Amino acid sequence: MTRAEEEVAIHEKKALGFWIYLMTDCVLFATLFATFAVLRNATAGGPGGPELFDLPFVLIETMILLTSSFTIGMALLASLRGLKKQTFVWLFVTFALGVVFLSMELYEFMVLIGEGHGPQQSAFLSAYFTLVATHGIHIAIGLLWMSIVIVRLWRHNFKKTDVNRLALLGLFWHFLDVIWIFIFSFVYLIGGMA
Amino acid sequence: MFDDILKAVFGRLTLQDFIHEPIMAGAGIAMVGALVLAIIGITFFKRWKWLWRNWLTSLDPKKIGVMYLIISVIMLLRGLADAMLIRAQQVLNGSTELLNSDHFQQIFSAHGSIMIFFVAMGVIFGIFNLIVPSQIGSRDVAFPFLNSVSFWLFAAGMILINMPMVVGEFSTAGWLAYPPLSGLEYSPGVGVDYWIWSLQIAGIGSLLTGINFFVTIIKMRAPGMSLMKMPIFTWSVLTSVAMIMFAFPVLTATLGLLALDRTLGMHFFTSMAGGNPMMYVNLIWAWGHPEVYILVLPAFGIFSEVVATFSKKRIFGYTSMVVALIAIAILSFTVWLHHFFTMGAGADVNTFFGIMTMVIAIPTGVKVFNWIFTMYRGRVEFKTPMMWFMGFIVTFTLGGLTGVMLSVPAVDFQLHNSLFLVAHFHNMIVGGVLFGAFAGFSYWFPKFTGFTLNETLGKFAFWFWIIGFLLAFVPLYILGFMGATRRLDHYDPSMGWQGLFIVAGLGVALICVGVFFQLFQIAYSIWKRKENLVTNDPWDGRTLEWSIASPPPEYNFAVVPTVTTRDAFWEMKQTKKKATEPEYEDIWLPKNSGAGIIVGLFALLFGTAIIWHMWWLAVVGLIGVTITLIIKLSDDEPDYKLTAAKVAKHEVMLKNAKLKLQEKTV
Repeated sequence: MTRAEEEVAIHEKKALGFWIYLMTDCVLFATLFATFAVLRNATAGGPGGPELFDLPFVLIETMILLTSSFTIGMALLASLRGLKKQTFVWLFVTFALGVVFLSMELYEFMVLIGEGHGPQQSAFLSAYFTLVATHGIHIAIGLLWMSIVIVRLWRHNFKKTDVNRLALLGLFWHFLDVIWIFIFSFVYLIGGMA
Repeated sequence: MFDDILKAVFGRLTLQDFIHEPIMAGAGIAMVGALVLAIIGITFFKRWKWLWRNWLTSLDPKKIGVMYLIISVIMLLRGLADAMLIRAQQVLNGSTELLNSDHFQQIFSAHGSIMIFFVAMGVIFGIFNLIVPSQIGSRDVAFPFLNSVSFWLFAAGMILINMPMVVGEFSTAGWLAYPPLSGLEYSPGVGVDYWIWSLQIAGIGSLLTGINFFVTIIKMRAPGMSLMKMPIFTWSVLTSVAMIMFAFPVLTATLGLLALDRTLGMHFFTSMAGGNPMMYVNLIWAWGHPEVYILVLPAFGIFSEVVATFSKKRIFGYTSMVVALIAIAILSFTVWLHHFFTMGAGADVNTFFGIMTMVIAIPTGVKVFNWIFTMYRGRVEFKTPMMWFMGFIVTFTLGGLTGVMLSVPAVDFQLHNSLFLVAHFHNMIVGGVLFGAFAGFSYWFPKFTGFTLNETLGKFAFWFWIIGFLLAFVPLYILGFMGATRRLDHYDPSMGWQGLFIVAGLGVALICVGVFFQLFQIAYSIWKRKENLVTNDPWDGRTLEWSIASPPPEYNFAVVPTVTTRDAFWEMKQTKKKATEPEYEDIWLPKNSGAGIIVGLFALLFGTAIIWHMWWLAVVGLIGVTITLIIKLSDDEPDYKLTAAKVAKHEVMLKNAKLKLQEKTV
């Protein structure tokens, strides 16, 4: 194998490995979803989903995250075509949307905790906070990764390895989007209906 | 004011935590002493640079494999010492004060956790690293740096689980730490936290190893080696790591939830505020049952290689072996509830899980018969690995049959939580995993050292082990029938159990003699290595790892072989081709990296900090891990080039050494 062929093989291995990592992460979320399903009614006399969730607010959150999934897709397409300026614009938009999403989630948490409905109040709230915060932590890691990718693309002028990294980041971001759709459906929509 | 500062810096750690009762203090001092001696020794012989360059920062899976094995051997001795204490306590039965019940509980919790996570997992990962790449005709694993991170996380977990001997205490909640006992209310100390973070850190390492080897086997096989031409050992690793990918995230989540309960006061598994302790038991076994198959499938793979090689026959029923491995892997996710038939899920649920458990006996039985048929009409050589195989067939079948007994819910209601169960799973894990590892160790030892182990001492070790093993565990079956529950630090003498406990204690003593012979065998064989030097293929092997030099060069294969059949190397030997001058190519190998060990160190800091509530240190640890990874992963040139000329030169050297050795033996 020549070095060039080998580099392609290395990227293929990374892509497969990353897919498999995502699937293991999916199992981790599945465990948290199962936990939430078991504990959804264990409110210990405290408030449940219908009393706590502000559905319009969460809908805005969801739309923001879905949009960011679209914009990172656009960034990847632009980078593959070598449109550097566009790539950066789309990446910045994605980053901003991610930050807004995360801030809204934190605000939601602060409000709940401020009203005395923190994760210590009941098993239901423990499960809710843990599931949603685990997704949030993933988003935060994604944002950190994105900022590194942006800096590297800038500095190394769209080196092949950095474009590959952007592709993997895109996968990660879409994956988090899918997880969020499940959170929105099961935790907020079904859990938030009386 | 001063107290506040102290608390902010050291969390709940006080000087009091360093004070232990005599036995534990002795063990702790011995451990620290050994460490200090090792450091003095390395400094005295000026070996730090060598250690750092050749081992600690190495990304060569063969070296990482050896490091896994070294840790496992040390942990085996630790676990064995725990076992001796448990048995000594039960033999004495309180007639002389040996252990108080708190210490006794810490010891059986540590024994189980260490033996599973740091002995069984360690040896199978060690053997994965040593053998899988060369068996599939590859030069490396898919992600060499990730492999190093996995290993150092494993090492960090190992240090954490031994730390209670020096500071603090260990969990008293058993090897799986069931709540509510393991919750904050009943275990407020640091013990359960040690257990959680040791397993969490090592477990993440295991998950990464799983992903790594899955990609390695899927993507890096030699040209021509289709899935159904892979050696059975590689197949067993593939199924095992596939199970790791599905099972270990569940462990990560479950330990995380328990940690949240304990550290942030949440209510997943508490008995208040809606928490559900049985959910923990379900979750932990949803990981735990697959885990025992994750451990035993590679052992099956090792035996498949050993029995074929030493019977001079191809493995009987290759396809059925593969199907059985896959069937076991899938079925193992459908039986977890048999660990708690007494939960009260009702007859329907218990029946389902009872039947699924019995069904697993079918593919396992297929494998046992296939091994026996492989021996049938073979030219069987009873070398040490084969002895371990024979021992395995006996003990594993015994354990398997008692397992089928336990799978009947009605029987399980009687035997649940008894010593019968303890005897059953020791038969499976010691007789299966550990004997498999011993067989693999003596089988592949010449491959990664270049000389064989002493046969006589190996057989001594085997006989002491097998006799001791049966003496140690058959009495437990009887005791279990008589109603002896597990984890007893004393029992009423009128029960008449002491005789059987004494026999079991004697068994453990014989096992210790066996272990002594194993250690002696290794030391003696290294000392007399000049007499036992071998070339690449001492056992007339069948698979590709025997086609390369012993020990193999860092790049394994100078020229990657093309595979046309199963048992590729055996076929190559049968169809002797004219020797053509091989065409060497440039080989790219990973540069050494200290980032793995640094990540491990920061993870260790993080774990320690969380356990002792030193929040500032936890932040330092987390940032350290993140920054180290970012720096390392930003490196676009992680490989270095070994030129074709250098490879050629090295190959000539290896060839000359081989010829010289062959002349000598003739």
